[in-house]
Amino acid sequence: MKEFGYQRALDVSGALALLDADPDARFLGGGTNLVDLMKTGVERPGRLVDVRELPLDRIEPTEDGGLRIGATVTNSDLAAHPDVRRRYPALTQAVLAGASGQLRNMATVGGNLLQRTRCGYFADVTKPCNKRDPGSGCPAIEGEHHNHAILGASDHCVATHPSDLGVALTAFGAVVTYETADGPGELPLTDFYLPVGDTPHLETALPPGALITGVVLPPAPVAANSRYRKVRERASYAFAIGSIAAALDVRDGVVHEVRLAFGAVASRPWRAHAAEAALTGGPADAEAFAAAADAELAAARPLPHNGYKVTLMRNLVVAVLSELAEEAAR
Amino acid sequence: MATAPPSTYSAVTLNINGEKHTLTVDHRTTLLDALRERLDMTGTKKGCDQGQCGACTVLLDKRRAVACLQLAVAAEGREITTIEGVAEGDQLHAVQQAFLDLDGYQCGYCTPGQICSAVAVIEEHAAGWPSAVTDDVRPEAGPPPLTPDEIRERMSGNLCRCGAYVSIVQAVARAAEADAAARADRAEQGTEHEGAAA
Repeated sequence: MKEFGYQRALDVSGALALLDADPDARFLGGGTNLVDLMKTGVERPGRLVDVRELPLDRIEPTEDGGLRIGATVTNSDLAAHPDVRRRYPALTQAVLAGASGQLRNMATVGGNLLQRTRCGYFADVTKPCNKRDPGSGCPAIEGEHHNHAILGASDHCVATHPSDLGVALTAFGAVVTYETADGPGELPLTDFYLPVGDTPHLETALPPGALITGVVLPPAPVAANSRYRKVRERASYAFAIGSIAAALDVRDGVVHEVRLAFGAVASRPWRAHAAEAALTGGPADAEAFAAAADAELAAARPLPHNGYKVTLMRNLVVAVLSELAEEAAR
Repeated sequence: MATAPPSTYSAVTLNINGEKHTLTVDHRTTLLDALRERLDMTGTKKGCDQGQCGACTVLLDKRRAVACLQLAVAAEGREITTIEGVAEGDQLHAVQQAFLDLDGYQCGYCTPGQICSAVAVIEEHAAGWPSAVTDDVRPEAGPPPLTPDEIRERMSGNLCRCGAYVSIVQAVARAAEADAAARADRAEQGTEHEGAAA
């Protein structure tokens, strides 16, 4: 590991000033991803600005009935919060589906959104990777890509975003708030991650030097009837090969409102707008759910070894929406 | 103006098992390496060193964490509990006793991490935290019973290469039962005390 400086920030302005003073500095949250990547040489910061103790560790109701989640709230505290469990249960389920109890106690919400892909070529500094070393190539396209993207990828990168939390936040229309030396800003999570295109090394629309201060969940009554389901290659403690966050409000057999987001299929948590549009106002039955999934997955461009994800996601949409429809009918 | 290169080491004071230890660490030093290589506390084990096996599990401010991804310099100010600090003197923790009584190990290498993790699992469950296998996570549903499925899910961050999982699950269940009984006793005594005061 490269040697580095370390400073602990006690307030947001202090954190921004420390980062601004050194172009080689990075923020450190729980460290569960950054420290790991520093060990392997993928990340080589010259200085860490520790933001874990910033006073951004609260979950509070917003005036309009949503929730504001501070950036340094740990995954554990987010999952255990009564308002999250009651009003956005898929968010609690998504967080609990990720990592282990140990890692969830360490990891922060801000860091979760900024975690890097688990693509094996990205993680191996002896291999080319357009995300890590722009212009060096993407061995995954012709190589090991069974868990790579089927949606929104490019000829330059087919890596997926590994977050579970981000999938539920995307389904519920979360907005990321941040602070810069020039003042605060915000980005809906659907605009937070940049399209891959020919710049896979540019992952977010955050301005340089910005510090994520939190995530705002708008009020979403539909979210009270929601579910997160994750498919993985072992029963627990593994990244998804496909996941879904879904919320459904059915009235008189008609879909009044639906939220759908997919995980592990794209460079970002994937809001399934096409499927939502196909479903809204129509019948809440398995045939309609399958047709909606097909509408979303029409844009899929699977690689030779990950075509199973198209089937998997279709089945997940039908299964989870059917369960939610059945529960809503009770 | 170019920034001066930062210092790459710091003097830190670590609060471990109730004792303060002051040492100078290279910032690259993980809490795991500080414990083992600098402080001669080798109870905490190094498995994968990548946060994937749980052998290095310790408690930070009473919550379980992997020491291999925790920088020592960033652990200053936190209450660190290692396997060396789980017992009360000669009195083993209920989790330690249950692992002994039920053979919750084979080679023993993952055991300190398993025990630290289980101590926290029991606390998390008592606090009403749901898990990924909990059917209904809404608070109104109440805490899920600590079934073998719940224990397996909650302990899934601790790998055992010997495969002693069957008896590990039994040991955690027994320790959790003992803990729940002790909590019920305390609650009852507390109620009686309140009654006497009234």
